[in-house]
Amino acid sequence: MTVQGIILSPDLDDDRTWRIGDYVKRGGYDALKKIIADKMPADQIIGEVKKSALRGRGGAGFPTGLKWSFMPRAFPGAKYLACNSDEGEPGTFKDRDILRYNPHTVIEGMIIAGYAMGCERGYNYIHGEIFEVYERFEEALQEARDAGLLGKNILGSDFSFELYAHHGYGAYICGEETALLESIEGKKGQPRFKPPFPASFGLYGKPTTINNTETFASIPFIIREGGDAFLALGKPNNGGTKLFSVSGHVNRPGNFEIPLGTPFSTLLEMAGGVRGGRKLKAVIPGGSSAPVLPGSVMMDCTMDYDSISKAGSMLGSGAVIVMDESTCMVKALERLSYFYFEESCGQCTPCREGTGWLYRVVHRIENGLGRPDDLDLLNSVTTNIMGRTICALGDAASMPVQSFVKHFGEEFAFHIEHKKCLVPKDVQHEGSKIYVA
Amino acid sequence: MLDIEIDGKQLQVSDGITVMEAANQVGAYVPHFCYHKKLSIAANCRMCLVQVEKAPKPLPACATPVTNGMKVWTHSEQAVKAQKGVMEFLLINHPLDCPICDQGGECQLQDLSVGYGGAQSRYQEEKRVVSNKDLGPLVSTDMTRCINCTRCVRFTTEIAGLMELGQAFRGEHAEIMPFVEKTVDTELSGNIIDLCPVGALTSKPFRFAARAWEMSRRKSVSPHDSLGSNLVVQVKHDTVKRVLPLENEEINECWLSDKDRFSYEALNGAERLTRPMVKQGNSWIETEWSVALEYVANGLKSIVAEHGADSIGALASPHATSEELYLTQSLIRGLGSGNVDFRLRQTDFSLDERLTGAPWLGMSVANIGTLDRVLIIGSFFRKDHPLIAQRVRQAVKKGMKVSAINPAFDDWQLPIANKLVVSPDQMSRRLLGILKALSDQKGVEVSSVFGEALADAVIDDGVLAVAGSLASGRRVAVWLGNFAIQHGNASDIHLLAHEISRVSGARFGFLGEAANSVGGYLAGAVPFGKLKGKNASEMLSTALKAYLLLNVEPELDCASGFAAVETIAKADMVAVFSAFKSKAALDYADVLLPISPFTETAGTFVNCEGRAQSFYPVVKSLGDSRPGWKVIRVLGEMLGLAGFALDSIEEVRKASFGGQSSVDESKLNNTVSREGAFVSSVATQGLQRVADIPIYFCDPVVRRSSSLQATKDASEPVARMNRRSLTQHGVEAGTRVRVSTGRGQAVVLAVEDEGVADGCVRLAGAHLLTAHLGTLNGEVSVERL
Repeated sequence: MTVQGIILSPDLDDDRTWRIGDYVKRGGYDALKKIIADKMPADQIIGEVKKSALRGRGGAGFPTGLKWSFMPRAFPGAKYLACNSDEGEPGTFKDRDILRYNPHTVIEGMIIAGYAMGCERGYNYIHGEIFEVYERFEEALQEARDAGLLGKNILGSDFSFELYAHHGYGAYICGEETALLESIEGKKGQPRFKPPFPASFGLYGKPTTINNTETFASIPFIIREGGDAFLALGKPNNGGTKLFSVSGHVNRPGNFEIPLGTPFSTLLEMAGGVRGGRKLKAVIPGGSSAPVLPGSVMMDCTMDYDSISKAGSMLGSGAVIVMDESTCMVKALERLSYFYFEESCGQCTPCREGTGWLYRVVHRIENGLGRPDDLDLLNSVTTNIMGRTICALGDAASMPVQSFVKHFGEEFAFHIEHKKCLVPKDVQHEGSKIYVA
Repeated sequence: MLDIEIDGKQLQVSDGITVMEAANQVGAYVPHFCYHKKLSIAANCRMCLVQVEKAPKPLPACATPVTNGMKVWTHSEQAVKAQKGVMEFLLINHPLDCPICDQGGECQLQDLSVGYGGAQSRYQEEKRVVSNKDLGPLVSTDMTRCINCTRCVRFTTEIAGLMELGQAFRGEHAEIMPFVEKTVDTELSGNIIDLCPVGALTSKPFRFAARAWEMSRRKSVSPHDSLGSNLVVQVKHDTVKRVLPLENEEINECWLSDKDRFSYEALNGAERLTRPMVKQGNSWIETEWSVALEYVANGLKSIVAEHGADSIGALASPHATSEELYLTQSLIRGLGSGNVDFRLRQTDFSLDERLTGAPWLGMSVANIGTLDRVLIIGSFFRKDHPLIAQRVRQAVKKGMKVSAINPAFDDWQLPIANKLVVSPDQMSRRLLGILKALSDQKGVEVSSVFGEALADAVIDDGVLAVAGSLASGRRVAVWLGNFAIQHGNASDIHLLAHEISRVSGARFGFLGEAANSVGGYLAGAVPFGKLKGKNASEMLSTALKAYLLLNVEPELDCASGFAAVETIAKADMVAVFSAFKSKAALDYADVLLPISPFTETAGTFVNCEGRAQSFYPVVKSLGDSRPGWKVIRVLGEMLGLAGFALDSIEEVRKASFGGQSSVDESKLNNTVSREGAFVSSVATQGLQRVADIPIYFCDPVVRRSSSLQATKDASEPVARMNRRSLTQHGVEAGTRVRVSTGRGQAVVLAVEDEGVADGCVRLAGAHLLTAHLGTLNGEVSVERL
């Protein structure tokens, strides 16, 4: 099954089609032109977005229209818009492709958002490791400026909006929206305590809305075709299509844009099925911080916020990490825990101290030094982290641990008891051979 | 008002406060580390998690605003479970080296771990080790103990005004550190020791000196700047071990300047004078008090008999107590002389007869935060008044606009809205300009006294901006700083500032040079009033026959430096009442009388706001030294003078306040009676010296605190000039230059400093290197060596 994506269609190529000329040919900037020509009221735009049931694509899945309506209308002075392209979640690589193949849809989406919320300035915070994408975005911005679509008096109207690209330096935590704001301000990327929320005290202390790249990229379609058309693409409460970054033990890893509500099995099929015809063991459905689900549970799910949530995980950023039966779940968790240990910002106690503890215990188990009460310890430490931190990184570090232990406890117990993997080493080695197409 | 419930107790709280503040109101203690009432909220330690009704997870009390109908449990099962969880995390990487930690016994982590920590750790992996940082001579570090609460970081940024500490690196590798190769140099740095909830930052001078529980805590008052910070002096075996702030919201809040905190080191130093000494021929002989006092009494008697009472005089320190100052002037006046003064660095005394009271701040310190406009004239504000500057720094955040006129600026670490950098001789003309512009803007007539002088007014953009700022304020103050008092034409500045404040409807006041600058006037230690006499400047220009020096080291404490010493040395008798044995005194003095410093005596300081603060000895007098008030009182009795039959410090205090139990507020008055036309002084042609009195040079105690002397603020004086002045005088920055006055010279390093006005050289006073210049202001020449 092939789907004509609204953000990334298969016929986009890397060299040419991202440019403004091609984008306009595809109907790009029509939505913006329509708004400007019709002098569309802000309420109507936000209404369309609400109608579309677009939910935040960054991971939390918060309804976008609702978020936009939080911005204080009558606020005097500057209001800001920020696009979160600091895609650092392991397994996620969709925003990179959006900015690479279709940067203008993000620019247009942000201009429309700026119009709807009365912001005159926006920033796109781009992940530091994808510098070439940042450079392309700068180029795209210039194209938009040259075309009179960005800057002062857009398309001759009295609406002005300036958009800047800003690249990070590779800290995962800067993907947390308030840490991202701190980083733009030139400070150390550390999350702020909320409340106050960015909608009242954001960038430089001004009301600010932060959305994910994919969220903004969906906006032009919604305005051009209507909220209902977007909603119809997906299923109720889960409007539109969504990009899924499928990685791991599949034959054809990559980004797939499919309507929300598509069965997981279909997505797996699009990605070429499990590698080497092996059995599906586990899937992390929404980026490394989402709880892992056993393959059998996953095969019954559809890819949308509600279904995955019901199964006990999260759709998150849509990063689907597929693991086959050759995977040692202890080793997999060790790697994940190391990531969170390394990326904790160090600001608040439970995460600063707890992530290192978690990693060390898992590392110990993996290396045959586990103790009988380690699984209880892991559960206890995660409970002490979860819900006690300033931002969600503590939860993000805990959920994999809890879910791995919950669903694959026998592997951990085996490791502790026998000081070796339940999955024989040779099977693991066979499974981890580099895939050749 | 909101109705909330905390631990089952109903209470009404005002909107906008946090759960922590509300809990404090009902006396419910919520454990915490990063929260501090004077700092911004970080919510990073997570120790104050409490249970809130309807909240799915525990919330940090410090950062959660109260809402109407909120129900909070600070010690419920959920809350305590969360708190214990956080405590476990805090302890896993903490070294638990309490037995060798200076914080032991007064450590928030240690205390709370008793209630919330486990008996055994579940963490059996390796612990984190963090390298120590060099924060300078005052603060010692053991960074492995740090729990990253960031109180110290927030303190330097928010209270001291400059980010000198930060948290570097991420996660478990996060460390608190200064900038690379930098130390913490703020004059408020010691407060981070108090703020640190663990033993990561401890006091370097106090390191390993005593345990918290071994020391007694005794109240005292700082003898240094004009604020009169309240102190807790900690004492063991009759020795001062350290000094901490005694919280007083109206004065020092919970802070201390480093000067107040670390000066105690001098009290047990090698230079303490502990035995009365008399000079016989060229050698000094230790003697009994009776012999030494007899010597002074006889000397005074014979000199008065031979040369008349006017040939004796007393110079007293503005850091002396009211009681000492009162008895000193009483003694001099009892002998028939009016020669007594404590205003040692002042040179212009022409308003003395026109003062209507003791010059003071003109308002309470606590009200500084309510001002919206301030004009500060002639002040090295931040270093001279560290904690008043701190109050202004906080007020600026709430909208106060500061204007300042000064011949040299260093960084005040607060935004100055209007800054006028003008040479000392041009200050009057700018003030006239401000006066004129204000008068135009406010429509208030300037007193006719200034009529002719207004022709000299300089009106430029800066002057207009200052006037505009003052005119637009609702609660305005005009303050004169120490430089303005020490200015060669201080009276002009005083008169003009006074008129500016009248025209702008501002409060007018003096920031005050020393701990007892107000008290000195009230005690009558000035050569006018009851019995007129010579002022400090006159007493030091022509030699008297006998001098009494009360805690004064003339070469450093008097405006004329070594010139003062030369004059004093000519006297027949010099009796030095001092806690210290200074090298110079051994030459010029005939008798050295060891009197007790503030920790060993009872006394009173009247701070800049006119508040009398009395204190009692916290330790026994060292050696044979005795409280100054007792010594002078006995001397008065020996001389057979009336009014010295005072048996207790309370009686002396009452006498020093003119029979009142405390300061008679009607005697605090900055008004100057009007006489004749104002004539502004003539501008000078040459290079003018601007002398600051650096924070750790200013009195005999701080000069002897070895740790303070090791700080950057105590570095050797340099000649600071802006680039234009350097070029004009053919001097290169970084080379040594000779600075000369008619009286003497000093060889110092020339430094480029764009904060200094054109035609000026900023060169610190109160230092041996510059004391030979013989004056603090006026023309100097600078030449290359």
